Amino acid sequence: MVLFEQVVKRFGSNIVLDHLDFSVAQGERVTLIGPSGSGKTTILRLLMTLEKVNGGVVYVEGQPLSHMKRGSQLVPANERYLRTVRKKIGMVFQQFNLFPNMKVLDNVTEAPIHVLGLSKEEAVDRAKQLLDLVGLGDRINQHPTSLSGGQQQRVAIARALAMQPDVLLLDEVTSALDPELVADVLNVLRDIAQSTTITMLIVTHEMQFARDVSNRILMFDKGRIVEEGQPDKIFSNPEHERTQTFLRAVLEER
Amino acid sequence: MNTSIWDWTVVEDVIPLLLKGFAVTLLATVVGSVIAILLGLLLAMARRAPTRLVRVPVRAFVEFVRSTPLLVQLFTVYVLLPSLSPFVIGASVLGIHYATYMSEVYRAGIDGVPKGQWEAATALSMPRGRTWQAVILPQAVRNVLPALGNYIISMFKDTPFLAVITVHEMVFQAQEYGSDHFRYLEVFTLAAAIFLIASYPTSLLVRRLEKRLGH
Repeated sequence: MVLFEQVVKRFGSNIVLDHLDFSVAQGERVTLIGPSGSGKTTILRLLMTLEKVNGGVVYVEGQPLSHMKRGSQLVPANERYLRTVRKKIGMVFQQFNLFPNMKVLDNVTEAPIHVLGLSKEEAVDRAKQLLDLVGLGDRINQHPTSLSGGQQQRVAIARALAMQPDVLLLDEVTSALDPELVADVLNVLRDIAQSTTITMLIVTHEMQFARDVSNRILMFDKGRIVEEGQPDKIFSNPEHERTQTFLRAVLEER
Repeated sequence: MNTSIWDWTVVEDVIPLLLKGFAVTLLATVVGSVIAILLGLLLAMARRAPTRLVRVPVRAFVEFVRSTPLLVQLFTVYVLLPSLSPFVIGASVLGIHYATYMSEVYRAGIDGVPKGQWEAATALSMPRGRTWQAVILPQAVRNVLPALGNYIISMFKDTPFLAVITVHEMVFQAQEYGSDHFRYLEVFTLAAAIFLIASYPTSLLVRRLEKRLGH
């Protein structure tokens, strides 16, 4: 489903991803953990085409995402190509990034109508269903600014799902929330993980959540994967010293 | 001839003339504003174009217009394009001049929209045009409405410059009447009063808009 092949990403002289190879299977839920600055969020941003690779190729469903084919050659993707491939991917951001000038309902119907070409009725039906799913069916006519952070984030989840992406990227979706609002958002995501087969890449500091929903954990440090495995194994019995110290630090914080 | 400093018969005499000129002043302001508001937005958006081929010349144009006086621009275009009516030249040059100022205002408004808004639009695969129209501009323009309003008031007060290229706006009329009758005090005092009566309430309106938007 998702394949990173020798991917390099630099910001200036800072190497964020260092010849990274990994893949995620269709329907798999993979959580990326590791200290900040280890490249987790950059991976999601590369997949969402918000950043460009400096080397290597990113594939989604066997199709290059960072590049496009010209003859038998792969050349860096242009904007028009990106527009066609990024539809397969949806993203939920740490800061929600809802459109404050639109009502909740319009936030969720905007792209289905104007990108997928759904009729207004179809898009509204779909949006209402999703907003019910995230527990905000009664807030469709409000503006995002009148909602709590947790509610805004649930709208953002509905908005991403309304595009019916194959891959959902969750970038520290609870990090900006007050502690008492975190549970609602995570419960919604647990429901979605259980009731759909959508592929998920998750960056989070919520280790219990990662344990509950993930099939696999990737531990990152300095732009490389230092350890990977099933959640039980990683959380109960990490092998790599870097993983042990990281988990100890994160779990002690709670 | 009446030799007192202030002559009320002059006032009576000149008011219709000044109002006729004021109609031209208003029309120039309206036409100039429409040009400035639309072209200013276009210039601001062009400065965010994906290609330098657009960004660089647009930036040069904006800097050029902003660094030369309106009066000189009016004269130059008037001399270069003698076939156009003075009013068309006057209103257009006024509009273009202020478009470059407004483009900076828009630019600040556009820069003020958080990066996350662009990223969310990208994550939803929204095309660039739709992103501008539905996401960025509604937020950017709302924030700069008061600043745009203030520039429109400035533009209104700059319309007397059009007199130098023979546009028959209010100050032109005042000047003509003054030189014909050797009465300047009444006509120019009246012209100033008319400007004040028109622009002061407008600036109060802009201030109220500022408060409502929470500036």
